[in-house]
Amino acid sequence: MTTDQVNIDEELIPILRQVSDPEIPVLSILDMGVVRKAIVVDEVVEVSITPTYSGCPAMDVIGEDITAALAHAGYQAKVNLVLSPAWTTDWITPEGRKALLAYGIAPPLTATADKKALLGGEQLVKCPQCGSANTEMLSQFGSTACKALFKCKECQEPFDYFKCLT
Amino acid sequence: MKDNLIQYILGIADNSLILGQRLGELTGHGPAPEIDIAITNISLDLFGQVRSYFQYAAQLSDKDITEDDIAFLRTEREYVNVLLVEQPNTDFGYVITRQFLFDQFHYLLLSALQQSTDATMAAIAKKSIKEVSYHKRFSADWMKRLGDGTKESNQRVQQAVNDLWGYTNELFMLTDADKQAIAEGIGVDVTLFKKEYYENVAAILEEATLEVPTQAFFQKGGKEGVHTEHMGYLLADMQYMQRTYPGMKW
Repeated sequence: MTTDQVNIDEELIPILRQVSDPEIPVLSILDMGVVRKAIVVDEVVEVSITPTYSGCPAMDVIGEDITAALAHAGYQAKVNLVLSPAWTTDWITPEGRKALLAYGIAPPLTATADKKALLGGEQLVKCPQCGSANTEMLSQFGSTACKALFKCKECQEPFDYFKCLT
Repeated sequence: MKDNLIQYILGIADNSLILGQRLGELTGHGPAPEIDIAITNISLDLFGQVRSYFQYAAQLSDKDITEDDIAFLRTEREYVNVLLVEQPNTDFGYVITRQFLFDQFHYLLLSALQQSTDATMAAIAKKSIKEVSYHKRFSADWMKRLGDGTKESNQRVQQAVNDLWGYTNELFMLTDADKQAIAEGIGVDVTLFKKEYYENVAAILEEATLEVPTQAFFQKGGKEGVHTEHMGYLLADMQYMQRTYPGMKW
């Protein structure tokens, strides 16, 4: 794991890697950075997950999927939701960013660049389809709470941009 | 002390619950798809934050209750949101102005709440403020766009500002629960940033070529459970499912 403050037992990583975000099926919850803890205590896996956004409806499903995946591997699990420290897009791993891009979602920029793109209208977000930076923001809010809606002026395709949250 | 904390939590969370419900009414009815999505997203953020607060309140309570009981099964007098957030979606100017006047307050409140001595409240504030900074940006941008837009948009948003202005002062009134929570280091003394609030609001209104109202008469009551006539209709809509099918779950 490249993210800090994470405590996950080595043996559980392959199991948790199979669980993905229901909204973005190509993205493992590990690459998303929402799993903060997964350790075996007295034969029960204690898992802590943190929401990307408070109202993210995917969290309940992710919790159930984790329990199911662990049960399938013979583990009993106890999943709880933690709010602190609050999730940031910096916890998305490089693999996660690649997966987002391949799926057609522009990964988050740095906090400064994000501000320039969303507020200053600077063309910093590249189209995940054709790679052009000739893009414009259509809406600060996109198909889910974590995304903004953009349009590529080269290939004319609309696309989602994963907003920076730091 | 525990009962006071629960009451303090409701004082914060009810604002987000009722505003979230108002915004939710616009789902599928926004003036343009992008705005519809934005408003729905803001509503979802607020509901998410409310869930964290209500889960905590339910956990603190001696009664066997859940977040849903708190959200859906209280009577009108038991909701302690400010009057501002229950005001209806008269037109887009009102929707944005209500949001703007609340977001500016909400951001300052959460900034301070991050320092709460109550770890859960501080954690919720730290999580929520990231979302609210997007809300604040959205509503301030639209104030400028409408105010500095056409003659028609300017007049209508000015009308909304004038009408809703009288509800802003209540944001800074302290209830008994507030006072006790402040004394315990858990709560935020909102009066400390009242001046900053009105300065920030005035600066954006000015940029939006809108006039800052000078009226001195302000409405109050929501924080004590005394609501405007709009509240009953809102609750009837919001509580319908839980009242009709008690204990219903998705």
